[in-house]
Amino acid sequence: MKIIVPIKQVPETGNVKMDEKTGTMIRDGVESIINPLDLYAIECALQLKEGHGGAIEVLSMGPPKAEKAIREALSMGCDEGTLLSDRKFAGADTWSTAYVLAESIKTMGDFDVIVAGVRATDGDTGQVGPEIAALLDIPLATFVSKIISIDDTSITVERLVETGYETLEIPLPCLMTVVKEIANPRLPTLRGKQAARQKEVPVKGKDDLNVEESSLGLKGSPTRVVKIAKPKVTRNGIFIDAKKVGVKKAVEDLVDFLQEKDAL
Amino acid sequence: MLSYINTEDILLANEVWTFAEQTDGHLDSLSYELLGRGRALADKLDTELASVILGNNIDRDGIKELFERGADKVYLVERPELKSYLNDIYSNVLIHLVEKYEPQIFLAGASTTGRSVMPYIAAKIVTGLTADCTEFDIEEETGNLLQTRPAIGGNIMATIKTPDHRPQMATVRPKSTPVPPRDESRTGEIIEVDVPDSLLKGREKKVGFRPLDTDDGNIQEADKIVAGGRGLKKSDNFRLINDLAHRIGGAAGATRDAVDRGWAEYPQQIGLSGKTVVPKLYMGFGISGAIQHLAGMKTSDVIVAVNNDKQAQIFQVADFGIVGDIFEIIPEIMCELDKRNL
Repeated sequence: MKIIVPIKQVPETGNVKMDEKTGTMIRDGVESIINPLDLYAIECALQLKEGHGGAIEVLSMGPPKAEKAIREALSMGCDEGTLLSDRKFAGADTWSTAYVLAESIKTMGDFDVIVAGVRATDGDTGQVGPEIAALLDIPLATFVSKIISIDDTSITVERLVETGYETLEIPLPCLMTVVKEIANPRLPTLRGKQAARQKEVPVKGKDDLNVEESSLGLKGSPTRVVKIAKPKVTRNGIFIDAKKVGVKKAVEDLVDFLQEKDAL
Repeated sequence: MLSYINTEDILLANEVWTFAEQTDGHLDSLSYELLGRGRALADKLDTELASVILGNNIDRDGIKELFERGADKVYLVERPELKSYLNDIYSNVLIHLVEKYEPQIFLAGASTTGRSVMPYIAAKIVTGLTADCTEFDIEEETGNLLQTRPAIGGNIMATIKTPDHRPQMATVRPKSTPVPPRDESRTGEIIEVDVPDSLLKGREKKVGFRPLDTDDGNIQEADKIVAGGRGLKKSDNFRLINDLAHRIGGAAGATRDAVDRGWAEYPQQIGLSGKTVVPKLYMGFGISGAIQHLAGMKTSDVIVAVNNDKQAQIFQVADFGIVGDIFEIIPEIMCELDKRNL
């Protein structure tokens, strides 16, 4: 079974500091990590491989330092990894990113399934997975929470929708985006890390792929960022210290407030 | 490959579309919410607002309500195969409609269906799609749609446009727009579209469905949410969250920590890797307010937070915050509600 997992390296957004003046993220000292939701895709792929044999190839489009993310995937047990990196790719929106990834996948031969995380924690769009499926013209299953069965020609999955779980049967090759319920990501082992260090991670640029320059990067993207601003996050709320006024008073004030706001 | 459109050719007279979703023939609330967004844009552009419905046996009263709440037209494709969302078939039909009628703007809800079918068709059509928009406007000089949305875990708001491609596509968070009021004098035109049978053949097969295990699974529909985090300390204590949630007629939500510890189910998880909720009332107990969690609830109407730690970040987004012991406060709230017969 050949499984492809596209991954992304993202800034660790837990303790992000914003530059007040420009409204942009201060990137110094911010760690780069594998997109946390991709870990679930990798784990899903590893379990498929353990159950059915085969190999997992990871793929990432990013700057040279994104190689670290690929090596982390390798150290979890993925077999091969390729970094797609080129100055011309920079500034790509989701369409252009999916385009480059899809074109690269077209050079990788036949595959059974592409497993992707549901969204990346920086862009937050969740669009690249479905867009890759569209560009490859393969069937798509999103929000997959469980794989029920898989054979040579098809896969049966449960997808988590608003009201419950839908069971879908789709032919291979296909693309799935997976939610957290799919599996618990394993930690890389020492042996895995050693093996990963030995592997070569080829870097491919635009000339290695059959891509049209007019579809690359900022200029090749249908969408464009016009401006970035700081969100209005804070509210000036009422603040009560129950230790000072007592639990009873604090709660009385709270319920008064809720009644006032007609919130109950 | 990319189908650039000469800016002069972009007809501003083309319509604004919304994608109306349905379940068993009945239009979802989202279908009406989107009209609020669509109407404002159609008015600014001096053009018509249309809703697109794919389904089978669509309730005509629901369509009438679309007109009364702001739609000028409804494009209706009714076939048994379209009963519920399947990606191939829905994509085929939507692409067919978009290519035939050439809307300038196409909005959908950021539901599980919207987040699947919209990128699939945007990629095939080759146009721009912006996810999870919270605000729209029209750029003065060009008539381009300005789409504003959160990114980087909610740390920034980005404004995006699709200058050279059409339609300009966007998804909108469910429950982030009030449903427009009803004007019973408003009517509209239903255009029943016939589509070739070949479009109704798809590769996926739906073979089953089971509803969510817990009543609290569909927290996005809840008006009121009581959520718990690590501060609950152990599984047994989460009962306090469930009890209070049900007491006020709401749903119980949880942080990633609580779900990871097995105190709540994944469909109850609020945050970046869970759900985004915009209830009228959100109450968070024992939740510190990590950015990823805040991203999932900070646009709720009224936010109440209770935590032992006065530095907890959640207090920055709270309308009412109590620093105190949740194990004393939650029971006291239940008492006070009883006392006041609420």
